Amino acid sequence: MSTAAKTHASLTDTPQAHVAHHFHTASQQFEAAVQGMWIFLATEILLFSGLFCAYAVFRTNHPEVFEYAHQFLSKPLGAINTVILLCSSFTMAAAVWASQHGRRRTAVALLCLTLLGGFGFLGIKFVEYEHKWKEGLLWGIHYQRHAENASAAAEAPAVAFGEPAAPAAGSASENIEAATAETGEPDPAFRPASLGPPGLRRTAASAAPRTEQQVHNVQTFFGVYFLMTGLHGLHVIAGMALIAWVAWRALKGAFSPAYFTPVAMVGLYWHLVDVIWIYLFPLLYLIH
Amino acid sequence: MSVIDPTVPTALPSSAEDAASDNYLTRPSGLRSWLFTVDHKRIGVMYLVSILTAFLLGGIFAILLRTELLGPQKTVIEADTYNQFFTLHGAIMIFLVIIPSIPATLGNFVLPIMLGAKDLAFPRLNLLSYYLYLGGALLALLAIVLGGVDTGWTFYPPYSIEAAPYNGVIVVLAGVFLLGFSSILTGLNFVVTIHKLRPPGMGWFRMPLFLWSLYATSIIQILATPVLGVTVLLLIVERTLKFGIFHPGLGGDPILYQHFFWFYSHPAVYIMILPAMGIVSELVSVFSRKHIFGYPFIAFSSVAIAMFGFFVWGHHMFVSGQSPLVTVLFSLLTYSVSIPSAVKVFNWLATMHGGSISLKTPMLYALGFVFLFGIGGLTGLFLGALATDVHLHDTYFVVSHFHYVMLGSALIAMLGGMHYWWPKITGRMYSERWGVTAFVLVIIGFNLTFFPQFIMGTHGMPRRYYNYPPEFTFLNQLSTTGSYIMAVSFVLMAAYLLHSLVRGRRAPANPWGGATLEWQCSSPPPTYNFETPPPVRDPYDFRNIEYDPASGGYRRIVPVPATVSKG
Repeated sequence: MSTAAKTHASLTDTPQAHVAHHFHTASQQFEAAVQGMWIFLATEILLFSGLFCAYAVFRTNHPEVFEYAHQFLSKPLGAINTVILLCSSFTMAAAVWASQHGRRRTAVALLCLTLLGGFGFLGIKFVEYEHKWKEGLLWGIHYQRHAENASAAAEAPAVAFGEPAAPAAGSASENIEAATAETGEPDPAFRPASLGPPGLRRTAASAAPRTEQQVHNVQTFFGVYFLMTGLHGLHVIAGMALIAWVAWRALKGAFSPAYFTPVAMVGLYWHLVDVIWIYLFPLLYLIH
Repeated sequence: MSVIDPTVPTALPSSAEDAASDNYLTRPSGLRSWLFTVDHKRIGVMYLVSILTAFLLGGIFAILLRTELLGPQKTVIEADTYNQFFTLHGAIMIFLVIIPSIPATLGNFVLPIMLGAKDLAFPRLNLLSYYLYLGGALLALLAIVLGGVDTGWTFYPPYSIEAAPYNGVIVVLAGVFLLGFSSILTGLNFVVTIHKLRPPGMGWFRMPLFLWSLYATSIIQILATPVLGVTVLLLIVERTLKFGIFHPGLGGDPILYQHFFWFYSHPAVYIMILPAMGIVSELVSVFSRKHIFGYPFIAFSSVAIAMFGFFVWGHHMFVSGQSPLVTVLFSLLTYSVSIPSAVKVFNWLATMHGGSISLKTPMLYALGFVFLFGIGGLTGLFLGALATDVHLHDTYFVVSHFHYVMLGSALIAMLGGMHYWWPKITGRMYSERWGVTAFVLVIIGFNLTFFPQFIMGTHGMPRRYYNYPPEFTFLNQLSTTGSYIMAVSFVLMAAYLLHSLVRGRRAPANPWGGATLEWQCSSPPPTYNFETPPPVRDPYDFRNIEYDPASGGYRRIVPVPATVSKG
């Protein structure tokens, strides 16, 4: 970014139409935008940090849940998505370069390719989500452990979504019983959390292979999985909207070597979306 | 022996009449020009009006709560209503009033002018930030309509997920999310402005200390608030979709929520107090007519408080269940915050030492701040100590402690700053006599309200209780009486401030003799603050600023040397 800023600064140090009244030079304005964007990206990382933190706490306290449950994620699909996002980051970087050098058509084409990458990513994500929906591999109270229940879960999706938070008059256990009423028996998958705070204490959980009967609270893994990938997915959608916007402006010829700030900023944002996925993929899909 | 300094840019309108007719308030005109303004001064004024409205609302809840506590059993409201009122009082006062109070109003107004700049780095973002605030505030009001909230402002699960029977919870949480976003954008704007729009000649150590404190505050806003954002989002999905992250019945961890919440909400205390300290640094120096003592120490102590503030959140959870090791570490770290705080207090005292102190209304508030912050800060040490905290946890001692720090310190300094910059913002002088009267009433009312609560707390009266044993009645009545006195003083303040808008004397450019740049443009400032960037000087050098009886304010003069030429 710094070389881009320098090139930019040397090109334009005279006030121009796109320089707002409270800036002295175009380079001052560009530097302010870059700094503002980096600070914004820092806040985005901190937004995700809560989820990474929750991941760390749950995985440390219950490693067996993560080892067992991650098998239900498709490594090939996750890997393909990683490659797609990496490629789209490359085309995005190239698009910034193209607009910086005044190559309007190349820039528009590269931005469209990036957008295509975003659609590809979301498409594959949809396939993955649909699979888990059908298998009942969902979060919290909607988790249906057995594959036999898959059909039952698919028949009554209304239970899963849109239900206003039942102003649960009773305790948590009542809710859990309600959720497992279909199976007719209390579901051993739901266990109360360990008594007392786990703190720094290591549980006796060993690395022995797990069977379904030995692993409890599998739904916490899927809760974390859907939260992290879901929030990331929302960011992908926001990024795609921004890319579409700058592509449209680029097509209209709004950018020049003297002014390409929006493309550069959207580029930074898209790289952040990419970087977060690079952490999500191994943390969720590649557990040993 | 002195003449008016010709280097002072008299882009100031030549006469008071010009300033009164052509300034940021009058040009451009029309409702639309206010609603879509990107002028930092107008946005600051809009924030001021909104925040004071929220303060009125939160204050009404407070008075109702205190009235209910006049005696044991029911006095005026039902127990469930009482629970809702203390929740709304807390949520409104913290998220809608104190957190944005100083940065978004006075900071927004003064920061660019102190830098000699025309606006913040991102004026449109500033407007967005205001509307996010407004949206958050409206959602909080909507929650009241939808049936209220009774979780306490901390929203602890599992109660906030499961049992709280009111539908307002989700709406309030969404409001908090928007308010957090607003706070982040303000902080981002301030940091970039201070980095990129400082004029030539103004190094970091020639900035007014108010800007150092706003900078440190902005860093906390940027780094802590996103964590609140994700916490609130998690709580919303937890309540609506039953995700099982915080719900113990689904394998979740309610303690994790407390960690997340306090990771934001403890640094948030410094979001509230740091700008207050910045204001006091300005006031103490100007009204003592003496250079601030220990500039670098005050500047770095702001940054130190911002940093230490991130490592002490666990002291809210001493009885929630943490490992003993962690508890001891958090207790030690908590004490570390007292060092930079004390550094500031001693520097203010040293600044006043030997100065020529004038006890104008803003200075009285600064002195009030030092006094009340002393009490609030030192009682914090009782709560940071592990053994005493187990006894005092969740009692009225805690309530009193944080009111001394938030109302007694943060809001008192906000009032001081408001009185200090009122002539600059509105172009009018308020009545000094009524200002002093209101101040005296505020201090008496405040101490009468909250000092008895320390005693109640040590005797074991828990916070948030609707009913209490009869032996607490007298102390509660004292406290309620004090709250009525405070209410009267705030009404009085509103009256004379509003009166000054209509009948107040026109303010000179520099009514107090300040040396920072905002006193070099007219009162109220013109739309673009300065035609040309003003010359940068030491912000605390008062030597060449003298009273000018003709204008009723101060002017910068050039002392004519006794021997003009020697060769």
